Amino acid sequence: MIIHHPILGPRDAQEFVYLGDANLIDRPDGMTAGVEVFHEYLYQRTNPAGEHQELWYHEQGDRSWLVITRNTVTHEITKVELARDVARSRGRSK
Amino acid sequence: MRYSGFRVIAEALTGHKGWKPVWRDPTPQAEYDYIIIGGGGHGLATAYYLAKEFGQARIAVLEKGYLGGGNVGRNTTIIRSNYLLDGNEPFYEFSLKLWEGLEQDFNYNAMVSQRGIINLIHTDAQRDAATRRGNAMMMHGADARLLSREDVRQMYPWLNFDNARFPIKGALMQPRGGTVRHDAVAWGYARGADRRGVDLIQNCEVTGMRIENGRIRGVETTRGFIGAKKVGVAVAGSSSKVMAHAGMRLPIESHVLQAFVSEGLKPLIDGVMTFGAGHFYVSQSDKGGLVFGGDIDGYNSYAQRGNLPVIEDVAEGGMALMPAIGRVRLLRSWGGIMDMSMDGSPIIDKTHVEGLYFNGGWCYGGFKATPASGWAFAHLLAKDEPHKTATAYRFDRFHKGLMIDEKGQGAQPNLH
Amino acid sequence: MTQSNRITGGQIDRTKTLRFTFDGIPYQGHPGDTLASALLANGVKLMGRSFKYHRPRGPISAGSEEPNALVELRSGGRQEPNTRATVAELFDGLTANSQNRWPSLRFDAMGINDKLSTFFAAGFYYKTFMWPKSFWEKLYEPIIRRAAGLGSVTREEDPDNYDKGFLHCDLLVIGAGPTGLMAALTAGRAGKRVILADEDFRMGGRLNAETYAVGDLQGADWAAGVVAELSSMPNLRLMTRTTVVGAFDHGIYSAVERVSDHLATPTDGKPRQILWRIYSGKAILAGGATERPVAFENNDRPGIMMAGALRAYANRWGVKVGERVAVFTNNDDGLRTALDLQAIGVDVVAVIDSREGGDLLPGIRHLQGAEVIDTAGNLGLKSISVRQANGRSETFAVDALGVSGGWNPNVNIHSHHRSRPVYDPAIAAFIPGKDGPPGLLVAGAAAGQMSTHAALKTGRDAAIAACDLTNGPDLPQAEDAPVRITPLWHVAHGKGRAWIDQQNDVTVKDIKLAKQENFTSVEHLKRYTTLGMATDQGKTSNVIGLAVMAELTGRSIPETGTTIYRPPYTPVAMGTLAGRSRGREFKPFRLTPSHHWAKEQGAIFVEVGNWLRTQWVPKAGETEWRQSVDREVLATRKSVGICDVTTLGKIDIQGTDAGAFLDRVYANTFSTLAVGKCRYGLMLREDGIVFDDGTTARMSPSEYVMTTTTANAVTVFRHLEYCRQVLWPDMDVQLISTTEAWAQFSAAGPNARNLLAKIVDQDISDAAFPYMGAGNITVGGLRARLFRISFSGELAYEIAVPTRYGDALLREMLAKGAEFDPIVYGTEALGVMRIEKGHVAGGELNGQSTALNMGLGKMVSKKKDSIGMVLSQREGMTAENGYRLVGVKPVDPQAKLTAGSHFLEKGAAAVAANDGGWLTSKVYSPHLGCDIALGYLKAGDTKIGQRMRIVNLLAGLDTEVEIISPHMFDPEGERLRG
Repeated sequence: MIIHHPILGPRDAQEFVYLGDANLIDRPDGMTAGVEVFHEYLYQRTNPAGEHQELWYHEQGDRSWLVITRNTVTHEITKVELARDVARSRGRSK
Repeated sequence: MRYSGFRVIAEALTGHKGWKPVWRDPTPQAEYDYIIIGGGGHGLATAYYLAKEFGQARIAVLEKGYLGGGNVGRNTTIIRSNYLLDGNEPFYEFSLKLWEGLEQDFNYNAMVSQRGIINLIHTDAQRDAATRRGNAMMMHGADARLLSREDVRQMYPWLNFDNARFPIKGALMQPRGGTVRHDAVAWGYARGADRRGVDLIQNCEVTGMRIENGRIRGVETTRGFIGAKKVGVAVAGSSSKVMAHAGMRLPIESHVLQAFVSEGLKPLIDGVMTFGAGHFYVSQSDKGGLVFGGDIDGYNSYAQRGNLPVIEDVAEGGMALMPAIGRVRLLRSWGGIMDMSMDGSPIIDKTHVEGLYFNGGWCYGGFKATPASGWAFAHLLAKDEPHKTATAYRFDRFHKGLMIDEKGQGAQPNLH
Repeated sequence: MTQSNRITGGQIDRTKTLRFTFDGIPYQGHPGDTLASALLANGVKLMGRSFKYHRPRGPISAGSEEPNALVELRSGGRQEPNTRATVAELFDGLTANSQNRWPSLRFDAMGINDKLSTFFAAGFYYKTFMWPKSFWEKLYEPIIRRAAGLGSVTREEDPDNYDKGFLHCDLLVIGAGPTGLMAALTAGRAGKRVILADEDFRMGGRLNAETYAVGDLQGADWAAGVVAELSSMPNLRLMTRTTVVGAFDHGIYSAVERVSDHLATPTDGKPRQILWRIYSGKAILAGGATERPVAFENNDRPGIMMAGALRAYANRWGVKVGERVAVFTNNDDGLRTALDLQAIGVDVVAVIDSREGGDLLPGIRHLQGAEVIDTAGNLGLKSISVRQANGRSETFAVDALGVSGGWNPNVNIHSHHRSRPVYDPAIAAFIPGKDGPPGLLVAGAAAGQMSTHAALKTGRDAAIAACDLTNGPDLPQAEDAPVRITPLWHVAHGKGRAWIDQQNDVTVKDIKLAKQENFTSVEHLKRYTTLGMATDQGKTSNVIGLAVMAELTGRSIPETGTTIYRPPYTPVAMGTLAGRSRGREFKPFRLTPSHHWAKEQGAIFVEVGNWLRTQWVPKAGETEWRQSVDREVLATRKSVGICDVTTLGKIDIQGTDAGAFLDRVYANTFSTLAVGKCRYGLMLREDGIVFDDGTTARMSPSEYVMTTTTANAVTVFRHLEYCRQVLWPDMDVQLISTTEAWAQFSAAGPNARNLLAKIVDQDISDAAFPYMGAGNITVGGLRARLFRISFSGELAYEIAVPTRYGDALLREMLAKGAEFDPIVYGTEALGVMRIEKGHVAGGELNGQSTALNMGLGKMVSKKKDSIGMVLSQREGMTAENGYRLVGVKPVDPQAKLTAGSHFLEKGAAAVAANDGGWLTSKVYSPHLGCDIALGYLKAGDTKIGQRMRIVNLLAGLDTEVEIISPHMFDPEGERLRG
C-alpha cells in the first residue's frame, strides 16, 4: 500500500506501524470515567467492512501519527490527515 | 452410506456407480429449532455435535457461499494443544483429544496426523517461557518435551545451525501435535451432520435478524426469512458484520492472514516447525507441498488478500531457518480474514439477545479448535451453559479484567 | 544423438553449440533454445512422469503454463526441483534429471499406479485408511508421503545470492507481445516513464512463434524493430526474463527477474534473481492467452501437445516435434498449425476438426465433424483413433498430435484482487471481469482480443487511455481473423481416462465422480479432485474442468463460475522473496559502544533483539561460564564493575508540560520530581498491565530524560508519541529518541564513586551527588550525563557520553581506575545482581502482569489520570489471591532451580488445579551460595517463609524450596546509599 503522507507525500505503507480504529483518539478522562466507559473505549470495535478511520504511525519516517480513511474491503485510501489535527477537531487539547 | 476400504475396492471394481452425494441440497424449512450461521469448520462441527452428542433435531446451517469456504479451507492445517494459560489449555487439549478420534467418529479420513510440532528456542528467555508452558501443558494432561539443540539437529540436520543470526538453542515439542487435511474436516462434519438430518443450506446469506422483545425469532436471508428458536453465529472473519444485525459491537477486528504453499517436493519436513526468531511456521503436506505462514498483514481488512511486505517477511524467516529451500518455489498464496480479538483468545458465549449465541474471535488459531469449538458451542446452545473447558471464553472477561492473553500484547488485536 | 528433429529456421544461433545432459545422456542445442526445445530437437519427447499415476509425459506447451515437463535442474546446492523444461534457457554444461520416477524415467516402478488407477479415484483416500486407527500414521501415511511429491530438495545451502529492488514508472506494461510492444511504444514516444517486462528471454511474445506479417515485416522482425526503438529511449526500461507475478495495493506489482538462470553460475557479484517491487502509476496487462487442450481418452501421451506449441517449436526453435503429425481442433487457430507445419515440409497426416462445415484446408486431409477418441503409444505417441462424422473410426499412425481447444486469456494478474473473470461465449473463454486492481488496464489477447490487429490496436489504445494521451502511432497492417470456435471440452467416448489436469492426473471421470458426490461448486471441485492445484495452477486445465462440470450438471458455464487465480502468476523461489535477509544477515546487528573492546577480550555475546550484548567476559583459565559470571558478580560487589547499558532506551522529553505529560504516561508521579533527581517509573498499558519500567531524571524544570527497557525502547517511544500527538495534542512537550546518541555505562560497587571521581570533572561526593541524583557533567571537558541509579543494588552510577566516545570512555575508566581492579560484567552478571535485589525484568515484565503482581501496586497513583490507571483496578486484576512476586531458594543449597518450573504445595499432585504459579527467572547467587529465583506465586505475599515445591515435569525435577522476599541481597539498601 502507499500512504500519501500530508507532509511527506507518497510513502510505502511498510514505513508505518498500524494501531487501529481512530476512535482510540477519544480517550475518556480517567478522573471522571470508570471501568464501564474505558471498557467500551478500549475493547469494543465497530470493525466495519468499508470505510474505516484508523491510526497509523510513521515510524520509519517523521514519527507523525496519522488518521487514514481507508476502505477495508478494497484497501482504497481516500484521506490522510495528521492525527494531531483530527484530535484537536474532536476537542482534544491537553 | 458408510465409507470403508472394502467399499472403496467394491466401488472401484464396479465403476464407482454407487457413491452417493456427501450431502443433500435441501430447501430451507420455514422454521428450525437451531440455526447455525456459517458453514465453515466451526459451524459444521457445531451442527454435527448438536445432532449427534446433544440429540437435537431441526437444525440448519446457513452458508453464504459454499460449505467449508471459510477459514477451514484456508489455513495451514496445524493442530496442537501447546497453550500456556488456564483459560485456554483445557479447551485445546479437549480439542486435540477430539481430533484423535474424529475420523472414526464421523467416518471420514481427514488425515489427522500427529507427527509432532516443535517450537524452536533461540534465547534463554524463550527456554524459560517454554519450560513454563511445557509444564502448564503437562499439568493439564497434555504432552510436552523440551528438546536440546542436539535433539533438534538430529531431527532436522539441515536447518541453519552453523551460520544463524539467532542460533537454535532447542525446542519445545508436542509429539501429539500435527496436521489435518483441512477441507476434509469441513466435508467430514458436513457429511456427518447431513446424515443426521441437518439441513446444510449453501448460497444463503444472512441479511438480518428478527429480534422481538429481546428474543431472536429468526433470520432474514437471501433465500427469505427462516424462523428459529435459537441462532448460533460461527462466522469468524465476518463476526462484526453478522453481529451488527443484532446491534452488537464486538471486541474483535477483522484482519487478513496470508498463507502459502510451495510446489510439491519429496519429503523434507516430517512434522510441524515454528521459527522462534521470526514469524514463520511450516509443515509439509502429504502431497509434498511445504505449507507455511507468518504474521497477519496487520491492518483491518476484509479483502481476503494481502500485500508484499508480509510475503517477503515470511520468506525471510523461512530462509533464515532453512537455507536449503532457496530454490524451492512458492506456488500459491491465499488470504483469510481473521477475527482478531482483544486478547488473542476466542469467545463462545450468549449475547444480550435471548436465543442468540456467538462463537468467534479465533484469531488465527481457529482451525485446531474446530472440534472443541463445535462441541462447546453445541453444549452452550443445547444446555444454555458453557462447556467446562470453555468457561473462560466470555464477553465480560474484558470488563472484569480476566483477559486470556497468551502473548501478553494487550488490547491490540493485530499483535496477537 | 545430433538434433535429429532440428529443421531450418527459427530464432536460434546455430553458429554456437551448447552441450547439456538429461538423465546423464549428453545432447547438443543452440543459444536461443529452451531445455524442452533442445530435447525435442534431439528427438526426446519423454521428459517426466505424472504425480499420481506416474504416466509417461512430454511437454504440452512451449511456455510457463507447462504441467508435464518438470525436471530437477542443476546439482548440489543449486539443485532446483520442478523446473519447467519449457522455460529453462539452455546454457553450456546444463545438467537436468527427470524426477518422481524410480528407477528410471523409461521404466518407473510406480507406474503400477496407472494399472490400479480405478482404485485411486478422486478423493478415495477420504473414504478409507481409517482402520485400525493407529495405522494411518504408522503405515498408510508414511507410504503416501514417500510416494508423493515431485522433485527433491537439496539439503545444502543455496550458494547463490538474491537481491531486491524498487522501481517506479508512469506505466508498467506486463508482457511484450504485439499488445505490450505497441503499448510501450505509444507511451514511450509520449515521453512517459515505462517499464516493459516479459517473462521470456526474447521479447515479441507469440510473434516469435508465428509466421504472421506485421506491416511488411515478419512478425518477429517487426517485434525486434520495436524493441530496438524502445531500447534507444531513455524513459524506457526493458526487462526480459522478468515475470510480473503479483498485483498488490495501490499500483504496486512484484516482479521476478531471472538475472543468472541462463548461465551456469552467476557472474561475480550478480544475484541469481531479483525481486522487484514496482510502483506504477498505471499498468497494462498484455499477458496474451494460453491455449487449452481438449479432454479425450489417453490425451496425455508424449507427443501430444498444444497445436500452438507445435507451431512455436517449428517456427521459433526450428524443431519438428514429429515426422507424421495430426492436428485436433475445435477452432480456426488449430488449422494454422497444420498450414505452418505443411509449409516447412512436415507430413501433416490429418486435421481432425470437431466442427461441421466451413472451408476445407487445401492439400491436407481435413476431417470435419470428427473427434480423436483414443491414442496409443506408451512412452510416446504412436497412433490416434478418430471417429469421423459418419461414425466410422479410423486410426492414424502419427508421432505427434497438436490439440487446440481454444485460447484462454491470461487474466491471472487481473484476478489478484479477487476480481472474478466473466465468460465470453464469443471466444468460449473467460475474460477479465469487474473490479480488477485499480489502474490496471487489460489489452490484447489477455482481454479476449485475439487477432494481431486487435492486439496492436488495444495495446495502443490502452496506453493512450492510461497515459491520458490524445493519439498514438499508426497501426501496421496485421491479420485480423475472427475467432471461430465451437466449444468442445471433452470427447464423449468409451470408458478410458481423458485427462484434464495432466500433472495431478485429474480426468473426466474424476469430475463425474465429484458431480455424483455433490462436490459441484467450482471450489469443491477443485479441492476434492485437486484440479488446478499443481505447479501450473490450472493454467491449461481449470476452464475445461469447470466446463465439464457445467455439462454434467446442466448448468451454463457462467452459472458454474470459475475459481480465482491468486498470486504468484508463476511460482517464485523462496530465496528470491527473502533476498539478502538470510543467514547471519537475517536481521541487522546493533553493536554496543563497547563491542570492539569486548571482542578484543574474547567476550561472549548474546542476541538481545537485534543487539549483540556482552554476556560475560572470560578471563584466562576460566573454562565454565559460571566461573566468569561468579567472578564478575563478586568483583563488582567487592570493588567495582562496569557494564554497557547503552541498549536501554533513552528518550529526551522537553517542554513546559513535560512533567504533566509524564504524570499521564507513568502510573506514578513525576511532576513533583526535583531538578537533578531520578525516579523509578512504572508505565502501564491502557489495559492496566505493566508495559515498561525505567528511571527518569529531571535535568531542568522543562527537561526530563527517560530510560526504558531494551526490549521496549521502540514501542515506548511510539506510545509516547501517540500520547503526545493523539491524546493530548496541545501539551507543550517534545520527544526525541536518544538511544543511539548516548553511550551509557553502569559503574557499580563500593569503589564506583572512587573510580568515576577519576574520570569526571565535577565533585560527585555523596553530598554533591546523592543517591538518585542526576545531572549534566563533563568528562575531560566533554559533555556527559551522570545518574546515581542502581540496578545491581550497589553504590552505582550510570554515565553517558556521546556514542562515539563510548569506547574511549570505557578504556579510560579501566585505565584510570586500575587501582580498583575494575572488571567489565555482562548481561549474566547483571541478571544475577538484579535478581538478588528482586528487580523485575523480562521474565516478570511479560505483558501479562500487573503492578500488584510485581509488588508495586502502590505505585499506581489514583490521584491523577494516567494511562492504564482505571482499567488496572478491574476486579479480575485486583484479587487478593492473585500472583505476587516472591523470591525462592532451594531448601537444599545444592539443589538446582529451573526458570519456568511451577509451584506446588507439599504433597499436592502436579495437576493444573494445584498450580501455584511459576519461576520467572533464576540464577546462581555466589553470595547466597545457591540457586535463587524470582517467581509469581498465587497469594505469594502471604507465603513468605513457607516451604513449597517447585516441579519441572519436563525434566522430572521436584524440589523443595523456601519462599522468601524477592529482596534477597541487602534488603535495606544500605549499599546503594553508601
